[in-house]
Formats: sequence, structure tokens, C-alpha cells
Amino acid sequence: MIYSAKQRVTESLAGLGRFTWLAKEALASLVTFKVAWRDLLYQVYFIGVKSQAVVLVTGAFTGMVLAAQTYYQFHKVKMDTATLAVVGVSLCDELGPVLTGLMVAGRVGAAIAAELGTMRVTEQIDALRTLATHPVDYLVVPRIAAGHIALPLLTIESICVGIGASYLVGVYLLGIDATYSWVNMLRYTHDVDVMIGLIKAFVYGGLIALISCYKGLTCRLGAEGVGRATTEAAVYSSITILITNFFLTLVLGKIASLL
Amino acid sequence: MIEARNLKKGFGTQPVLDGVSFRIENGESVAIIGRSGCGKSVLLKHLIGLLQPDAGEVLIDSENIVPMNERQLLRVRRKFGMVFQGSALFDSMTVAENVAFGLRRHEHLTETEIARRVAETLEMVDLPGTETKNPAELSGGMRKRVGLARAIVYEPQIVLYDEPTTGLDPIMSDSIDQLMLRVRDRLKVTTVVVTHDMRTARRVGQRVLMMHDKKIYASGAPDDFFASRDPVVRQFIDGVADPKETPF
Ligand SMILES: Nc1ncnc2c1ncn2[C@@H]1O[C@H](COP(=O)(O)OP(=O)(O)OP(=O)(O)O)[C@@H](O)[C@H]1O
Ligand SMILES: [Mg+2]
Repeated sequence: MIYSAKQRVTESLAGLGRFTWLAKEALASLVTFKVAWRDLLYQVYFIGVKSQAVVLVTGAFTGMVLAAQTYYQFHKVKMDTATLAVVGVSLCDELGPVLTGLMVAGRVGAAIAAELGTMRVTEQIDALRTLATHPVDYLVVPRIAAGHIALPLLTIESICVGIGASYLVGVYLLGIDATYSWVNMLRYTHDVDVMIGLIKAFVYGGLIALISCYKGLTCRLGAEGVGRATTEAAVYSSITILITNFFLTLVLGKIASLL
Repeated sequence: MIEARNLKKGFGTQPVLDGVSFRIENGESVAIIGRSGCGKSVLLKHLIGLLQPDAGEVLIDSENIVPMNERQLLRVRRKFGMVFQGSALFDSMTVAENVAFGLRRHEHLTETEIARRVAETLEMVDLPGTETKNPAELSGGMRKRVGLARAIVYEPQIVLYDEPTTGLDPIMSDSIDQLMLRVRDRLKVTTVVVTHDMRTARRVGQRVLMMHDKKIYASGAPDDFFASRDPVVRQFIDGVADPKETPF
């Protein structure tokens, strides 16, 4: 019992060490810019372009439900025209980046972990190394950079679609006054809200790629190991996004209030 | 020159190498033989820094590679080509891209030059015209030969072959043996070949090392080796299993 507990602690510390090593190597490689442009472009396509359907549907329905729910509450206190303002701020600050992050974590995180995990199991990673190629430069860095690029773009898309959808629901379905709604939304949603959303998305994009690459590169040998790495990549990325989001909200909110 | 000094390696509680030492000169070709699971692949991976020993040194041209980090190792690995036991082809790339990978990494060549070198090397391993195929469409033996082409195309100084002829038909094995010899003689390549195939060991190895019981058990010129009277060596060469009690 004690032995196994001790072993688990040792193992998780060793895991943390490996993760830090990976992050450090990736950062070093990122700043020295040993990036293969073709790979980066392909990853942006895979992470960004291919995730659009999922992200757009999520954004649209989140915007709509948010509009409806806020309206039902605000209607009781005769604040109907503030509905879209709430929707705008929530989408920009929180829901846009977080939900986009979660959807991409599920779709892309799992795919990255499965791909790198299979490469590890079939010794392709070792083969890369014998061909004088650093796996971090060749596999991890393009994915992280692509995550950083793609996620803010996806988030913008999701916010726009969300706001559009909430406008349609608010104005045409629930009958809120269009002009006042619009004016209030513009009055209460500031540039800084959009900035916060984009910064968050930038962070989550890198995190998803880093965690998923780590899970893939360190997966246990065998088909089961790959399956497990895939699941864990999605779960860990999602949880990390939710936790990071809390702290980012605190820190960025503080900074925004000082501006 | 490759030199291993007192290498030790274990996985968990299971020791695999326990004091392996040898020295391979430039341009020499050495065959490493031993029972399945005795640690030949593990030993080979130590020579190129894919695995870190628990103790001991690996010297490549008098430079100890054990304390090097992954980035420093990249420089040393430019000297190497390695053929993996399980081929380890990049399955997201075509055959041509696989073979060209090392070329693109090592040298600055034009696309036509790369295509020419790739075609030439595929011809050498008897797979002409397979450039656009995917690894998944190839048979095991064909994949093995693509792996071989990928390892020799950029003309490294040292080539490590992990069971290059296992799973090939006798005629193909023979032509791979000859290919290894041609590569060795034409480019003065240091050759280390791990094999179960006694014919390959005899023909390609100027020297044979036999692993047994986590160490280098015996070493010698092929002719002396195959005439050895040592019971362990004899048993391996003749391929006789220990008689076991069977319950039925
Ligand atoms: N990554 C690893 N983790 C744990 N144990 C390993 C690992 N790689 C090898 N081993 C163990 O090391 C021993 C030697 O393996 P190795 O692959 O070197 O054998 P081999 O001599 O190449 O056998 P074969 O001729 O069948 O290829 C085996 O008992 C194997 O279980
Ligand atoms: Mg082996």
C-alpha cells in the first residue's frame, strides 16, 4: 500500500518533470523559430479549418440559449433591452473562448494524441530521431503554433455567430426592441472584452496542443496505451482549460480594471 | 569508430544489458547475434542514443554520447543510418517522401536531384517505381527494404541494421546481403548488423559478436566462430533447443 502510494507520487512527479521538459524544449524551439512552414500550414488547416463546423454550431446555439435565458430573467425586471449586452459580454469574455477551447480539445486533442501515440508505438518517433530530427521541432512545435493561431480565429468566428444568432432570437423570436438592444450591446461590450477573449483563446490553443502532444509522446506501448492517451488528452485539455480560465479571468479582469 | 564500455541497462527490475563492451573500427562490419529477447535491439539503440544506459559509456569517434542531450545528439546522429526491426516507416508519407526524409534534412538539394537519388536508391533495394505508394500498401518485406533505402540514401558513415533480412525470402535476403556489402565497400561504411540469419552473419560480418546472458559472450572472425566448440555458441549456430519435459 505504502509502496504503491509512494510509487504513484514518484511517477506523477516524474510525469510533471517530463511535461516541463517538453514545454521548455517547445518554447526554446518556438523562439528560435525552427518551424517547417508547410507543416505549420497543414496543422492550421487541420486544427482551424476542419474545426469550423463544430465551433460554429456551438457558438450559434450558445448565443441563442443565452439570449433566451437572459431575456426570461430580465423581462421580469423590465430590462429586456439589456439582454444582448449581457450576451455580448459573456460570449466575448467567457463562453466564446472556453466553449471553442472545449470543442477543439475534444476533436483536435484526441486526434493529436492518437497520431503521435501511434507514431511512438510503431517506433516512428525513434526513426525521426535517427534521421537527426528533433521530435519537438518537427511534431510538437508546428502543432502548438497552429493552436495559437487557429484558436483565436475560431473564437472570433464563434463570438460573431453567437451574437448574430442571439440577435435573431432576441429580436425576431422574443420581440425585444432592435435598436435599443444594439445600442446597449455596443455600449457595454468593450474592446477590452474582445481582447480578453482572444488572449484566452491564444493560451488555450497552445495548451491543447502541448498537453495532447505530451500525452501522445509519452503513451504506453500498445494499442491500449494509444487509446488511453487519446482519452486523457481530451479530458486533461478540457479540465486544464476550465481551471486556467478561472485564473485568467481573475488576472485579466484585474489588468483590465487598471487600464 | 564505435565503442561500448561496460554498458548496463535494465527495464524496471529486469536487467537486459549487464556490462557489454566492444569496439568497432571505422569501415569494419560486425554481425551481432544472439537469442530472441536477449537485448540486441536494445544494444543497437544505445549506440545511436535512442536509449540511455544506466551505466557505462558509448563512444562515437572517441566522443562519449551518453551525457549528451537530445539536441547535441542530433549532430552525432547525422553520421548514422538505422534500419529498424519493424521498419518504422512514416505512415503519413509516401515511399518517396520516406526515403527523401534524411536527404532533405542532411543536404540542400534541388527537388529533381532528390527525386533522382530516391529513384536510384529504390532501384538498389529492388523496388523501382514504388515512389507514390503508401507504406500501408506494401508487404512486410517491401517495407523493410524501404526502411533500408531511407537509412542509406544520404550515405551515412555508420549504418545500423536491426534484422534487415528477417521476413524476406531467401533470394531477397541474398540480395540485401549483397546490398549491405556494396554499401560498405563503396562508401567505407561502418556496418553493424543484428541478425538471426547465420548466412547473413557469415557473409556480412567481418567479425561476429554473440550476446548471451546480458553480455558479449563470444567474438571472432566468422570462420573461427562457426568452427567454435563452445557449447553455448555451438547450440546457437546449430539451432538446437534444450530438451524440455513436456506433460503430454
Ligand atoms: N521499452 C522497453 N520497455 C521494457 N522492456 C523492454 C523494452 N525494450 C526491450 N525490453 C526488454 O528487453 C529485452 C530485450 O529486448 P530486445 O528487443 O533488445 O530483444 P532482441 O534481442 O532484439 O530480440 P529479437 O531478436 O526478438 O528482436 C526483452 O526482454 C524485452 O522485454
Ligand atoms: Mg530485436
